[in-house]
Amino acid sequence: MVMNFIGTWVAAGLTIAILSFLYKDNPLYRLAEHIYVGISAGYAVIYVWSFDVYPMLVKKFQEHMAARNHAEAWILVVPALLGLMMLLRWIPKLAWISRWPMSFTIGIGAGLGLIATVQGYLLPQVSDTLAPLLTANAIVMYVGVISTLLYFYFSKEHTGALGVVSRVGTIFIMVAFGANFGYTVMARVSLLIGRLDFLVNDWLLGTIRLIAGR
Amino acid sequence: MKFWERVSGVDRRILYAVLALAVVLPLFFRPRPSARVSAPVRDAYNAIDTLAPGSVVVISIDYDPSSAPELQPMMLALLRHCFSRNLKVIITAQLALGLPLGDAALGIAAPEHGKSYGTDYVNIGYRPGGGAVMLGIGRELRGYFSTDTRDVPVDSFEFMRRVHNYRDIAVVVSLAHGAVADWWVQYVGARFNEPIVVGCTGVNVSSMFPYYKAGQIAGLLAGMQGAAEYESLVGRPDKATKGMLAQSVAHALIIALLVVGNVGFLLSRRRKAKA
Repeated sequence: MVMNFIGTWVAAGLTIAILSFLYKDNPLYRLAEHIYVGISAGYAVIYVWSFDVYPMLVKKFQEHMAARNHAEAWILVVPALLGLMMLLRWIPKLAWISRWPMSFTIGIGAGLGLIATVQGYLLPQVSDTLAPLLTANAIVMYVGVISTLLYFYFSKEHTGALGVVSRVGTIFIMVAFGANFGYTVMARVSLLIGRLDFLVNDWLLGTIRLIAGR
Repeated sequence: MKFWERVSGVDRRILYAVLALAVVLPLFFRPRPSARVSAPVRDAYNAIDTLAPGSVVVISIDYDPSSAPELQPMMLALLRHCFSRNLKVIITAQLALGLPLGDAALGIAAPEHGKSYGTDYVNIGYRPGGGAVMLGIGRELRGYFSTDTRDVPVDSFEFMRRVHNYRDIAVVVSLAHGAVADWWVQYVGARFNEPIVVGCTGVNVSSMFPYYKAGQIAGLLAGMQGAAEYESLVGRPDKATKGMLAQSVAHALIIALLVVGNVGFLLSRRRKAKA
């Protein structure tokens, strides 16, 4: 209860300190900013150790050794070495070694991502776009896709018919930007609502309720 | 003319204060359930509602506190819905920072429905690896999640003994504030034909709608509005419903300011051109 109360006040204080930047830059804002950066950096270290290094490497190694699975235990030396090689970026003369684990990571990421993008994005989306031209939606979709693609066709000057179509493509792109921006405004206002709701209900009214004993 | 120039040149700090008031005042009103429920949200609701009791739903917490105002109400409403339908819930996360938010929502929804840990829901936590973890669950969940967040073997929970891969999971729900929802759709939905429901922030909605339109996801909850609609379907108006009034007032204010600002700008430009 007491810790909850203290936590709410600390959170409210830091929220107000950050929001005070809207008035003008001030020491309170900078203090909150530094606390945030410091805590984030500290948390990142604990995060990597607690969720990655210890459970995936140290604990697994100990478990396999205890179960006498020596092959599965010692194979973990490979990712450990790759991880250490990545840290060599800090030593300028040996920084080139970090390219090996980097290429390993990029290779795995590209391999996983390529199949997923083709199988899970490109083909289903193309298949859905190529619907029979029987509805107004399908027609709008065709016009939008073709005109937008032609807008990004830069091998020919956008004049004549190509110019007209690419201008239609611009309209579709602008509508997409508008919809995107509208949703972004909604998202940002939601965050403001979340913070102000916290300040009003959890902090102010919560404190009043606590003092009033209700 | 002077009026428009004065209005369009007003100090931005006054606008911030007006916006803050526009958001705060509606928070004191009683929340009213959303009258209109959009098709993507209704589809998401039906994807859960039509499951047989005892079916397993995975809810992946793919967000952190920075997106909690939009996604946490979804989490709570989904848990209430799952528990009211006697579904078994597995909580996981692709962002470790989201796990405490899952615990907070479970701390509210589980006691409301008399649900207990291990019998009705389990929190298997976070494992690094992203897409590789998702693909790994397709082979065997225990390959990555042999224990829960408390280090208890998952096989010590009765309902978990029959959960091995996506064939044993009825629906995966990804509540995401970034690209993680794309991974669920592309790695799991496409490869394993697993029904996916996505709840996302307003910023990501436009990148999620193509999946919904193409039938790649079973339903979509879009930002705070989606959360409010889901709350009304579940019959428990809560934070998102309450926030939507503030959202509407803020939007009306922003539109009014846009109009006033542009009219002022156009009039002052015309006056300068004449001079």
